[in-house]
Amino acid sequence: MGETAQCFAHLMGVRKQFGAVVALDGVDLKIGAGQRIGLVGHNGAGKSTLMNILAGAYAPNQGRLFIAGKEQPDYSVGQAQKLGVRCVFQELSLCPNLTVAENARVTHPALRGLGWLRKAKALIADKLDEIFPGHGISVSAQVKDLAIGRRQMVEIARAFTETDTPARLVILDEPTSSLDGHTAAQLLAFMRKAASGGTSFVLISHMLGEILENSDTIAVMRDGCIVAQDGAGAFNRDRLVQAMGAEESHAPASSDVTAARAQASVRVRARPRRQADSRDAVAHEGEIVGLAGLAGQGQTDLLRAIFLASSRRSPDITLSGSVALVAGDRQADGVFPLWSIADNITIRSLGRLARYGLISSSREQALSDHWRDKIQIRTPNMRNNILSLSGGNQQKALFARALASDAAIILMDDPMRGVDIATKLEVYDIIRQQAQAGRTFLWYTTETDELSVCDHVYVLRDGAIVDDMTRDALSEAAVIQSSFKEAD
Amino acid sequence: MSAPGKAKFQFSPVARALLPAVSLLVVLAGIAWLNPRAISYFGFNLMLNLAIPIVLATLAQMFVIAGNDLDLSIGPFIGFAACVSATWLHDAPLIGSAILICAVGVYAAMGALIYLRNLPSVVVTLGMGFVWQGLAILVLPQPGGQSPGWLASVMGFHPPFVPFPVLVAVVIAVMVWFLLERTSYGVILRGSGGNPVAIRRAGWSLLKIKMTLFAVAGLFGVLSGLSLVGLTTSADANIGNGYTLLGIAGVILGGGEFTGGRVSPIGAVVGALTLALAASPLLTFMHIPPDWQIGANGAILIIVLTARVLVSRRQEAI
Repeated sequence: MGETAQCFAHLMGVRKQFGAVVALDGVDLKIGAGQRIGLVGHNGAGKSTLMNILAGAYAPNQGRLFIAGKEQPDYSVGQAQKLGVRCVFQELSLCPNLTVAENARVTHPALRGLGWLRKAKALIADKLDEIFPGHGISVSAQVKDLAIGRRQMVEIARAFTETDTPARLVILDEPTSSLDGHTAAQLLAFMRKAASGGTSFVLISHMLGEILENSDTIAVMRDGCIVAQDGAGAFNRDRLVQAMGAEESHAPASSDVTAARAQASVRVRARPRRQADSRDAVAHEGEIVGLAGLAGQGQTDLLRAIFLASSRRSPDITLSGSVALVAGDRQADGVFPLWSIADNITIRSLGRLARYGLISSSREQALSDHWRDKIQIRTPNMRNNILSLSGGNQQKALFARALASDAAIILMDDPMRGVDIATKLEVYDIIRQQAQAGRTFLWYTTETDELSVCDHVYVLRDGAIVDDMTRDALSEAAVIQSSFKEAD
Repeated sequence: MSAPGKAKFQFSPVARALLPAVSLLVVLAGIAWLNPRAISYFGFNLMLNLAIPIVLATLAQMFVIAGNDLDLSIGPFIGFAACVSATWLHDAPLIGSAILICAVGVYAAMGALIYLRNLPSVVVTLGMGFVWQGLAILVLPQPGGQSPGWLASVMGFHPPFVPFPVLVAVVIAVMVWFLLERTSYGVILRGSGGNPVAIRRAGWSLLKIKMTLFAVAGLFGVLSGLSLVGLTTSADANIGNGYTLLGIAGVILGGGEFTGGRVSPIGAVVGALTLALAASPLLTFMHIPPDWQIGANGAILIIVLTARVLVSRRQEAI
């Protein structure tokens, strides 16, 4: 068994069931020391379950698990940590009320006794400096005061901090989803270096280019099984998409009905607070307007300001039409976790669903069923709790909430983070249809692919608009160029 | 980061931390303006006569709120502890101590029950409130009893220069601040309110955390009951009832929040002192008749909390 000597983790026939749902159906996976495994698949394909089993959070119903050369019959979170298995979860697992250093303490039982705080500060600061040079994060800042991209950086750096046990296997679930291109590249470069030092990685991402370029081996999951596994060189984008069972990946069709900008009526005219010149962001009826640039350059602030302007007058923003917002941080700003899927969808439309001042449950049902079919929320029953859905489907429900409303203007705050490609393509189509029907979209996105769905793109930097381009002039290079342009 | 972001990072935490102190200063300024002689060693001793039990009750509530729960039984529990102190602890110190220690154990068990059965803490503690109240009446059917001599002499201590209640409040505030904010396990306790899932995933026992938080709350409840008996030298089954809501108000006034593990020990102590001063000295100096004092008290609370909300909202807008 010369191969197992090199093998850090080995899953054999692992099966996991939740009630009647089979999440993993006999998975075999070998993770070699210093190997980077890319894991791709739809939301709901079983990636998260597999990761939770590796992390010790779930016990498999069947199958065997070998870590560091030994079978682990009583595998637990504590055991996983002792063996050096670390996880960066997709839903941020930092405590917002603690500081960055205190959050580092949470995962290190060894940081105790006198001087623990000093040690914790040094530990996390060094790792942040190592992975993200020039990060600008204070280790004494409370996490709730950090922007989401920085939180993700802290979370990633924390996974690599070492006290008593070295990090031997790091599982990254959509690590770059909240990072801008620059910090994402820093992370991927660090990964490459750490892998050559013997650390193994499981990289889960919906950005296929990232997976193709940064894995040694790629495993494709579908319906709880690994359906394809091969060296990264053997895959390309199309083959991955095909193996995932998604619809044919197509570049978003550039619609030839480019909204005649001059003719359509203006729905939104907004000037960012920090805009020094007279430039403003304009969105017309039936237009999809993208807000681009590096993450956290004031795009979210602009959307929030527009949303607030719908109820409170603002000198910088004029609106004609009602507004709905699709939140980006769905756990914090999006879902009502105790409510059903139907309630989560209809909350924005209760006024229309009322009859004699009371909510008509049949209308409510009809509305939520309509949107379930229209954007294919995968659930047996819309009365189930919203958290019973996978992350991508929760996001769809939030889309349905905005689309089901009477809002003429829909603001989207990078809502497609961590959503699988098939869902994305479905949602792009819906957005395009809705725009043709006259709705206006303002869309902040960190994924350059999505900008090609937009009719017009504004690039923001340091809270101000620095460039705008029509779809014809749009290119990734142009966006990157203006994102990094030096201030005049 | 954008400049608005920067402004928020630097300005907001400081302002948030200073807000409780500002409310305290406003109340003090009001008292000084109405009756300058009250701002003296003797005046503070009188005005803060009952501050120590309120401070302890507030801290007890703060530990429960740190774990995203609410304790509606702390008032009756303090009453129970006071009744035990004025009877058993005086007559048979060993049995009395054993009862009080067991009571803290019951608090820890209550935390375990709330966690294990995933029950709303409000319901469990509301029920337990009646239990404590009933037990207190069983122990001491009529107001009376007697404070153990040592307790009365501790509470009657008059240090030079600094009024005793102020001294105690400062010492307690610093101690609890250190335990909760500067020890490595204190971080875990606070983290359990911020993101319990993350704490569990990191391998910590939420059961143990919840039991610890409730046990500490029980301990502070007992201390509050003891100090109350030491001050009044006798007890009554209803003596602590007002402390449930007073404690909650103190925590919130001190910058704490009901969810998210956002509590501040120093803020809570300052909040409790503010309440103690606003409760009767300020109103008496304003010549408000006793019949109206409770209502006026509520009004002050609403004004202060509204001011707090307005200030923090303005910060968000910045």
